[in-house]
Amino acid sequence: MSAPTTHRSAEEIGRTELGPRPFPELGEQRAAADLASVDTVLTNGLRVIAVRRSSVPLVEVRLRIPFADPAASTVGSTHAARAEVLANTVLTGTAGRSRVDVDTELALVGGELDATVDPERLALSGNALVSGLDTVLDVLRDALTGATYPAEEVDRERARLVERIRLARSQPNVIAREALQRHLYGDHPFAKEMPEAEEVAAVTRDDVLALHASAVLPRGSVLVVVGDVEPDAAVRAVENALGGWGGEGAARTLSPLPVVQGGNVLLVHRPGAVQSQIRLAGRGLVRTDPRYPALQIANLVFGGFFSSRLVENIREDKGYTYSARSHPEFTPGGAALLVDADTASEVTAAALLETRYELGRLGLVPPSESEVDTARRYAIGSLLTATSSQGGLASFLVNLAGLGLGIEWFTGHPDRLAGVTVDEVAAAALEFFAPSAFTGVLVGDADLLAPQLRSLGGVTLP
Amino acid sequence: MALPELHRFTLPNGLRVVLAPDPSAPVVGVSVHYDVGFRSEPEGRTGFAHLFEHLMFQGSESLEKLAHFRHVQSSGGTFNGSTHPDYTDYYQVLPSAALERALFLEADRMRAPKLTEENLRNQIDVVKEEIRLNVLNRPYGGFPWILLPPVLFQTFPNAHNGYGDFTDLENATVDDCAAFFDTYYAPGNAVLTVAGDFEPDVAKGLVEKHFGDVPARPVPTRPSFAEAPPKGEQRAYHSDKHAPMPAIALGYRIPDPVAEVEGYLAYLVLAGVLTDGDGSRLQQRLVHRDALVVDVGAGCGLFGPLEARDPDTFSVTAIHPPDVTSEQVIAAVDEELLRLAEEGPSEQELAKVTARWVSTMHREHDRLTSRTLGLGSAELLFGRAELLYELPEKLAAITTDEVAAAAKALRPDSRAVLILNPAGADAGDASDNGGTE
Repeated sequence: MSAPTTHRSAEEIGRTELGPRPFPELGEQRAAADLASVDTVLTNGLRVIAVRRSSVPLVEVRLRIPFADPAASTVGSTHAARAEVLANTVLTGTAGRSRVDVDTELALVGGELDATVDPERLALSGNALVSGLDTVLDVLRDALTGATYPAEEVDRERARLVERIRLARSQPNVIAREALQRHLYGDHPFAKEMPEAEEVAAVTRDDVLALHASAVLPRGSVLVVVGDVEPDAAVRAVENALGGWGGEGAARTLSPLPVVQGGNVLLVHRPGAVQSQIRLAGRGLVRTDPRYPALQIANLVFGGFFSSRLVENIREDKGYTYSARSHPEFTPGGAALLVDADTASEVTAAALLETRYELGRLGLVPPSESEVDTARRYAIGSLLTATSSQGGLASFLVNLAGLGLGIEWFTGHPDRLAGVTVDEVAAAALEFFAPSAFTGVLVGDADLLAPQLRSLGGVTLP
Repeated sequence: MALPELHRFTLPNGLRVVLAPDPSAPVVGVSVHYDVGFRSEPEGRTGFAHLFEHLMFQGSESLEKLAHFRHVQSSGGTFNGSTHPDYTDYYQVLPSAALERALFLEADRMRAPKLTEENLRNQIDVVKEEIRLNVLNRPYGGFPWILLPPVLFQTFPNAHNGYGDFTDLENATVDDCAAFFDTYYAPGNAVLTVAGDFEPDVAKGLVEKHFGDVPARPVPTRPSFAEAPPKGEQRAYHSDKHAPMPAIALGYRIPDPVAEVEGYLAYLVLAGVLTDGDGSRLQQRLVHRDALVVDVGAGCGLFGPLEARDPDTFSVTAIHPPDVTSEQVIAAVDEELLRLAEEGPSEQELAKVTARWVSTMHREHDRLTSRTLGLGSAELLFGRAELLYELPEKLAAITTDEVAAAAKALRPDSRAVLILNPAGADAGDASDNGGTE
């Protein structure tokens, strides 16, 4: 490449007369303002958490309704399909509002609302200018207590859902996730994140109405409101809008999952793939476990952020991957540790080898004082930055609420992290990061991968 | 939207600085936008601007390899960089106690990055993995941002693939890096933005302390990338071996966002009228009424609105089932555009789009990363960080006639049509087969 003028050499560019300079110390950290909040339960059983954060004149709303399949196994169950059709049509009509009316009313207050479902919960999430809070809550009330599931909307969304499922299942990331969940949890409803197309095609409007009546329930559900609004006033607004939402019994939560056991990695063939998805899983800890903060730090040092052993090894040293990471996933009654990396076919086996090596090394050459401090400061700081916006805080709180926790867990966590010792991190690393404690799946072109993976071992080939 | 306080000054070496204090949360964002993107990379070096962005994280005079990441993260912060058609940005968002550290890190690599053969080879491998992840190994990879420009544009800067092809990436040398840095990464070719919780005077002192002795270098003359709009309808076909369904992208030229910002914003409103929300024109017609497509979207700029200089793109994209032909989709889009051109949108349609934009602007402002980057790119491209805060008002001032005129200007006889077909699938649309791929 020719530059328009002459230029310095790379060596000349990389040094100055003064030479390297000292890295500045941290300045003084101002504490985050105390968050005014209310956490209460309405008479219909709906838990409401309202938090004032007045940085911008908006309000964020997150409703979480536990929405588990009542069956113990997905074999023969059509719950996932009915739940998907419900989520895609719950906001498409009520006695007083058409789908377009809903969109128009929300848009005029700068608002949005959408519904999504997964094996654990139905979520209705939205936001608006703060002046539109009552509008959002009224649309929510209307849908929760009077969704009519217009036949033409059910027909169209069902057809569209079949197409969307087909699109989703062409994504390597989705293929890997579905294979991993099946491998870990078999027929447990938690593993079925997407229904089959033919199950969706068989769902009727009556099925959806019946599911709504039996499962869209306030008791056991939680609504989080974060924004430029007084918490008491927000709770009153919620009570006015949703106080009349009722129903028999409580929203259904999932039964606990089997604990993840170590074992072989299952190779899933994806013909023509030029890159493979490595997805490993081991047992984790719930957020309330006294050892959780130590495990959180051990996980960060392993692969939980960029300055981790895994990223520095397989990305920054060897160039095997663009993205490698490990992270906890909180599951019904427990938790898993997940390790993900996507690597070119030629280096997949080598990347798996290095990943196992780093798993073993974390227990045997435990995180140093400096590694622990870096991870600890990252954990505390990133909690602060991730929750510094209304939307970030609302999403964080609704996830905590789904685990039965409240804002006290959030405000108390920095102190728990500060108290973790190097020995506690070493103990968590040794117990939870043993290579033998992990299993998983690997999606890629088996024709290319098989010889190396067979040689490496610990992989079940197709 | 109330205008937050902005402070701006220029250092003697030419570095432009924007300070946007806001004490609502004890966090701070720092970004540097360099006025060079992938439109400036030469032929034979596609993907170089992005590759070079990776190299800027690999160490500098005071920082060993990996030190940048460790310093940011051990200060409790996050970081990233991204390469756009006309600029490259770098940022850190951290607890406010770490402000000086972030300034130090950006200044050190602006002054003296370490460009080594070992790091270059390592990052070529990493970038190739990034391209496999985002393009080669997935359905609809690069659709439409890599696939549409070569149909809409004729000249290399506008048409080529900004991720680069593997051969070009592998041919990159350390000397290329040195030339690129010396040419484009001069302080006078950059904007530094600091947003969040700090005292302006203190921040100004720290900026001067750390960036003041970055030596001034000549600032390259920015070339014009202008080219004539397409004559006629330009069609191309792409076959995607991972895609389960066909897709279509229509590309149009729109006014220069810098020279005619109001003219440009009419297209932003038009995009909202067409595809924002269930009640929008194309959602109603294509998704719900005629059931032609699974999803449809429209927008200004292939990286988002106001993210590039002229020439910029308006695109309409849709994924559709194989039993629907691309001609059916195009015909329905054209009919809706014609109807809008003749009758214009209603006042209520514009009110919906405007209110959602006001809300979106507030939400972007509330996320420190997007606020910092938005102020920096507006300052770099438009010379006006304030533009970010003026947008709601400017959008509200767009009239139904202006939106009708924008719809009318999206002409079938001056556009690009990209048709993506699943490879090896029985295409339902026989007329679409046999094109160049």
